[in-house]
Amino acid sequence: MKIPEARGPLSSALFTALSVTAGTGDATTRVEELRRLVTGELVGTTDVIGDDDVQLALFCLYELHYSGLEGVSDDWEWEPGLIQVRRLLERPFEEALRAAAQSAAGELDLPPAAEMTSDAVADVLFGLAGTDTGPSVSRYVAKKASLDQLKEFLIHKSVYQLKEADPHTWAIPRLTGRPKAALVEIQADEYGGGRPDRMHSALFARTMRGLGMDDQYGAYVNAVPAISLAAVNMMSLFGLNRRLRGAITGHLALYEMTSSRPNRLYGNGFRRHGFDTGVTHYFDEHVEADAVHEQIAGRDLAGGLVEAEPGLLGDVLLGATAAMAIDGRISTHLLACWENGETSLRAAVPAAA
Amino acid sequence: MNQEPAESSIVVCPDGPLIVRGDFEIVTPSGDPVPRERKTVALCRCGASAIKPYCDGTHKMIKFRTEPPVG
Repeated sequence: MKIPEARGPLSSALFTALSVTAGTGDATTRVEELRRLVTGELVGTTDVIGDDDVQLALFCLYELHYSGLEGVSDDWEWEPGLIQVRRLLERPFEEALRAAAQSAAGELDLPPAAEMTSDAVADVLFGLAGTDTGPSVSRYVAKKASLDQLKEFLIHKSVYQLKEADPHTWAIPRLTGRPKAALVEIQADEYGGGRPDRMHSALFARTMRGLGMDDQYGAYVNAVPAISLAAVNMMSLFGLNRRLRGAITGHLALYEMTSSRPNRLYGNGFRRHGFDTGVTHYFDEHVEADAVHEQIAGRDLAGGLVEAEPGLLGDVLLGATAAMAIDGRISTHLLACWENGETSLRAAVPAAA
Repeated sequence: MNQEPAESSIVVCPDGPLIVRGDFEIVTPSGDPVPRERKTVALCRCGASAIKPYCDGTHKMIKFRTEPPVG
């Protein structure tokens, strides 16, 4: 991905550091300056989840662990100073996610974790997914969205969907036994079952191309608001921290459980505008795939993990309810903009103009 | 399980589909293969799926229950 435009002092200082060779004296000075800025800036930030500068900096720091940034040496990935900066940003982000998750969860009356079977855990997660009655982007896409709004919708999704499944893959070596087998089974399907053209990320790229859009990873990062980046950063946070392995499984389970029906409606929206199966395949595929995945993710992955490690129940629920909270915030943003006839993007981008 | 694992298994999901995993074929009554895109599939059990024989999650909307009502 190309280095995006800075959105404030933190992302600007980060890109300044990344422009020099990792490990040099110059790099150390620049990272130290960045660290100093982070410590100062965060004090005044009241909404970390909605902060463009913080979310973009985190997004790019995480990106060093995925496909990297254009022109930036891979040596930066494990640069101790950058890891330190990432942790300084992650701490308030995680706190904010926990607070958001808490209000999304409501009052949950659960038996002691040690007594919960995997079926019971799946039941709780399906119950949570069923209470997710926030504003419905899927119904809007199905019935009302204009062609430009469909493109905007794809732009928001593209920051994740073009690397779909990758953040959850981090969890595989952190699990054992039943939950591990479950996650590998789901991921194998996400990655096309051995057929690269059927990888979900590849299907999404095909959908974008069908609308004449750029399918390069990160092509639209400059256009998406903080909340869309926060949704991906949340997955990276849960996936890259072993201590949060419960959260990444809960996140995946909730995602799968709230996917089949919305994807049918998304597909309907594109069909309404006359697009064929080349464009809608991505959505149609998810209607079927996620009806399989939600069972495996709820019962064998999240449920199996809680059976093996009852102490992780709280984190499993954190992952699920944080996903609900962030998703709800994105939906509120999209619908508020669209119903007022405004763009949901930060800046007009050529493809959506 | 106290038996030798079979080649294939069917998981009966409470209030949900049948998850079929392993080595199997899905065919029409005349023996033609039913299009299948994945190794492990979820077969509709509630009757309301729009993509039968596969599950599309509709059982959740119609509150399909696999256990008989209590009392």
